[in-house]
Amino acid sequence: MSMNTPADLRYATSHEWVRLDGDIATVGISDHAQEELTDVVFVELPASGRAVDAGDPTAVVESVKAASDIYAPVSGEVVDVNREVEADPSLVNTDPYGKGWIFKLKVTDATHVFKLMDAAAYENHIS
Amino acid sequence: MVLGNLESIVDAVLFAHVSGRVITLATSIRQVSPSRITDPCFFRGYPTKVSRRLTSTDPAFTLRRVISDLKSSPLQAAHVALGARLVPFAGWNMPVQYTSIIDEHTAVRTRCGIFDISHMGQFIVSGPNAAAWLNELLTNDIAKLGVGQGQYTLMLNENGGVIDDLIAYRTGEAEFFLVVNASMIDEDFFWMAARQDEQVVLQNESELWAGMAIQGPNAARIFSAVFPNEILPPRNGIMTTAAGSVVCRTGYTGEDGFEFFSPGAEAIGYWDQFLAAGAQPCALGARDTLRLEMGYPLNGSDLSPERTPIEAGLGCFCDLEKGDFIGRETLVRQKSEGPGMKLTAIRYLEKGPPPRSHYPVISAAGNVIGELASGVLSPSLMSGIGMAYLPAEFSTIGTLLSIEVRGKTFPAQVVKKPFYQIPHHK
Repeated sequence: MSMNTPADLRYATSHEWVRLDGDIATVGISDHAQEELTDVVFVELPASGRAVDAGDPTAVVESVKAASDIYAPVSGEVVDVNREVEADPSLVNTDPYGKGWIFKLKVTDATHVFKLMDAAAYENHIS
Repeated sequence: MVLGNLESIVDAVLFAHVSGRVITLATSIRQVSPSRITDPCFFRGYPTKVSRRLTSTDPAFTLRRVISDLKSSPLQAAHVALGARLVPFAGWNMPVQYTSIIDEHTAVRTRCGIFDISHMGQFIVSGPNAAAWLNELLTNDIAKLGVGQGQYTLMLNENGGVIDDLIAYRTGEAEFFLVVNASMIDEDFFWMAARQDEQVVLQNESELWAGMAIQGPNAARIFSAVFPNEILPPRNGIMTTAAGSVVCRTGYTGEDGFEFFSPGAEAIGYWDQFLAAGAQPCALGARDTLRLEMGYPLNGSDLSPERTPIEAGLGCFCDLEKGDFIGRETLVRQKSEGPGMKLTAIRYLEKGPPPRSHYPVISAAGNVIGELASGVLSPSLMSGIGMAYLPAEFSTIGTLLSIEVRGKTFPAQVVKKPFYQIPHHK
């Protein structure tokens, strides 16, 4: 398995990644997670404006064989969702850290993002 | 998200031998184990039917490793070398996918795939009374089989409910080769042994035989490449090769192809030859999508001791005129009165989340009228398909229904089986 874990992102133990830009956190699933799922065929996005707590099931990613919840890695309000990934779920497989992002949160407290794992810790977590 | 090996098998019914008990694992488990993919975990104290979402912290179950309880296929080393994901299935550690379900599915529909079916069971029934005895235990008329021919048939309980579906082949005037579901080997054998006739010898040879299913439009060519001096039997036929392997022109995908059984020790050599001739390794995940596109039932999901073959739409495999057999009475009654419930094929009318077993089926009036026995996103149709036991009045082709997924409903309608037409079917 070739693992791709960008160093500029933070990671949750439940395999979501977070990219923080000001107080906006973009969330997707890791390369490892998409590789485990394979064949993402459906993405259910949250409603914009929804307030979520860290750990809340916020989106659903489905492969042919299973449905998996995507949890909010930090608390905040959903401010954007990726309609492109809804139309073409395979983007989660082909570009998990880019076009395959799932939703954006306006975070309640940006410092919480830094409590998540860095790339080295996440790689250790999945090895 | 939660990653764990058991989520890989949500569309298959599992039978796990735990503490000597056989437990049926429900199929709608969405999230189960935070453990690594390499840890085959089984459930203990597990509810036999789960319709709500579980998480790994749910007190309803605990996880336990029972690696030593799992049987391994003679082909296991080949699967590991190919990078397969292995999961517990019917008490076996079996591959669920190699590359991806869609990729493997497509290989079978367009070229040729090879499945390890070593977990399946083989019984030999012989003796002067073998045919008559089997005809009392099975629904189809075995007397119609000439030597070298096979038929799909069912074994029923006294109430007409399905114990197992199987294929019976006549290998001699007084000898039959039965291929049964892996999860049912013990139960089938005990059921038959308890009714054994003095003039019949019943042997369970399941431990001796490895099996492979070679399926797809190129299957016959691959057979000829591996066996240049043998002739593939006709549809549903059976033959023995010069080297003593068994070849059956049957399958579970709707494609042309054959099922091949050899002694376990020889399996890896044949596997390598089939691969070299062009067959692509395919696993349980694709096997499930392929069979469901054809509307073929999976015992444990679509068939159960509470449902008869008439309700399951398998009446054509039940010969009610051949004489008495176990379960016949119920079938005769249901056939004359019409079954109250019918296993109904349902297809999404638009894009939606993949339908899965246990999802509620809703009538046009908004009532819950059943739940999916099987459901999947069809890779060939790129549309959600499923089967559900519904009251007969909702089983007419064209009936509008909807499927409920996570509280939302998605429009669907009753369609004709098979869901998918094989384009190159002769």
